[in-house]
Amino acid sequence: MSKALLYDSTLCIGCKQCEVACADQNKLPYNDTIAGEELQSEHKLTFVATRGDKFMRHLCMNCQDPSCVSVCPVGALQKTAAGPVTYDPAKCMGCRYCMVACPFSVPKYEWSKLVPKVQKCTMCPDRISQGKPTACAEICPTGATKFGERDELIVEAQQRIHDKPGNYVNHIYGLSEVGGTSVLLLSAVPFETFGYHTDISKDPLPMLTYQVLSHIPQFVPLGGMFLGAVWWITHRREEVALAEGRIPTKDEKNGRNP
Amino acid sequence: MTLKTSQFRFTFWKVVFLFLMAAGLCATFVRFTQGLGASTHLNDQFPWGIWIGFDVLCGVMLAAGGFTLTAAVHILNIKRMHSIIRPTILTAFLGYLLVCVALMYDLGKPYNIWHPLIMRNPHSVMFEVAYCVMLYTAVLALEFSPMVLERFNLQKPLKVVRAILIPLVICGVILSTLHQSSLGTLYLIVPGKLHPFWYSPLLPVFFFLSAIAVGLAMTIFESSMSSRHFGLQLELPVLQELGRVLVGVLGVYLVLRVEDLAGRGVLKMTLQPGYQMYLFWLEIALCAILPLILLLQPRVRANPNGLYWSAVLVILGFITNRMNVSITGFEGSTGVRYFPKWTELAVTGMIIAGGFALFGLAVKHLPIFPKEGSIEDSPEEQAPAPPTASRVLQHAGD
Repeated sequence: MSKALLYDSTLCIGCKQCEVACADQNKLPYNDTIAGEELQSEHKLTFVATRGDKFMRHLCMNCQDPSCVSVCPVGALQKTAAGPVTYDPAKCMGCRYCMVACPFSVPKYEWSKLVPKVQKCTMCPDRISQGKPTACAEICPTGATKFGERDELIVEAQQRIHDKPGNYVNHIYGLSEVGGTSVLLLSAVPFETFGYHTDISKDPLPMLTYQVLSHIPQFVPLGGMFLGAVWWITHRREEVALAEGRIPTKDEKNGRNP
Repeated sequence: MTLKTSQFRFTFWKVVFLFLMAAGLCATFVRFTQGLGASTHLNDQFPWGIWIGFDVLCGVMLAAGGFTLTAAVHILNIKRMHSIIRPTILTAFLGYLLVCVALMYDLGKPYNIWHPLIMRNPHSVMFEVAYCVMLYTAVLALEFSPMVLERFNLQKPLKVVRAILIPLVICGVILSTLHQSSLGTLYLIVPGKLHPFWYSPLLPVFFFLSAIAVGLAMTIFESSMSSRHFGLQLELPVLQELGRVLVGVLGVYLVLRVEDLAGRGVLKMTLQPGYQMYLFWLEIALCAILPLILLLQPRVRANPNGLYWSAVLVILGFITNRMNVSITGFEGSTGVRYFPKWTELAVTGMIIAGGFALFGLAVKHLPIFPKEGSIEDSPEEQAPAPPTASRVLQHAGD
């Protein structure tokens, strides 16, 4: 079964404990300056955005059918059955196609390092495999970030919107965006306020490239046969023409235009 | 073959060459001692800059003459074009080598470049690109090898290469078709990020068609330059034929582009003034409208200068196209402007200068151009050289 995170912004108090726990879990620095940074970066994998009295978390959505996994030429990024989208820096060659392809522009790069890695939230795959919730969900004092089965969390999110329709925008972000994500968001204000695009494709993006790539296995032999056939025809034509004496042989031509 | 020979002296272009090489080496030092952050203006919003947009996308595109011409000569059996096939293969081979060099700068961990060999993800366009680069560079090396083998009179390997030439050419055409189109396919996965002028489900088709157009234009360009700088006869009738085919390819390209824009309902947007609109029209004017106006007139096609300048327009136009797809087309959605750092420009400059120098060296020392007497054109068709710009080639090999 696939795990997921449900973040309910109406329960969030903006304490940023999730940021602290995340930094700790991923062995990244954390201090007051970093706490003030409202963006994902190679040293900050999640942040809580503040707009007035409203909050919203930003982190890797760990898509169900992730673009980054589909585009990685060496399979450094993988979608695990449990939900997390993991990254293996030993495989990575640094082409940064994942950064270009991600519809949420999540993966960040260690630009200043000589041996750089991609950095992104990977949904604590080690903790999940030990049966524990993600670091951010475990520490959250209000239950705004909740860890659980994706199916169950969807039902719960629908229930929350149903129970208090005035509190929420009637939309679970991540239920169907780019084919669904392992991070589900609930918000009191339109998602656009926090930079989440709701006009994003509802279909998984990897299909866009795969429907082209999947033709290659047919294209190669067919193309080869076609070109071979054209070669045979054009050269056979020449042979016949030569035999019938319709074009001069090389000796007769002797440097003139054919 | 007579080449202009000269004593070593500092000419303008030699100074430019040495300057580009020196700047490039400085930039190389910065890149490999301090990393990508210090040597580029790339950032998390703009992970790909000119090393991908120009050096790789344009480099591969400019090498497209290789498969276009080999297909015309060896598959379609158009013998007239045989005389210009060697410089075209040389350009393609150098182009691909330089693309590989550029990749070594751009990859975050270049020493892992071999990873796609054993770590395979067939769902990735980049994986396809990696294999096409590797395999087609190998094919080009083999297609190029007779020029070296003949020079050193190595008959046995020469015989082997000649025996496998046709399968080799077929492989080359297929790999090129895949590679040229796959560079467009790369961008199919970013519908929300790339500006609608350039994002299209037909990107792979556009990249392939434009590669053929540029392949033809590059062949015209090279032949004109070579005739000027190496004192060789211009194969005017051949170039005129290339010009005619170019008209057809550009026509199909333009119709498809317009139809695609209309089909996606963005045709009206192309008339709303703005940064993207100007770039779009610059691109379309350079790559299709102006060359078509020029080349549709038989008078222009018959004139070596007319052909030369039309080819230059096509090349510049499609370079603009690749830059728009890879860089400026992303500026709207990211909200960030990218302009390359001096180090990025210096590396690119060094790679271009290196390409010219290697071309010059190869022409000087290898049997690239047909020997005198074997050129089939009559002397009165020998054209005056294009009046132009670059004289880099003249002494590049010194």
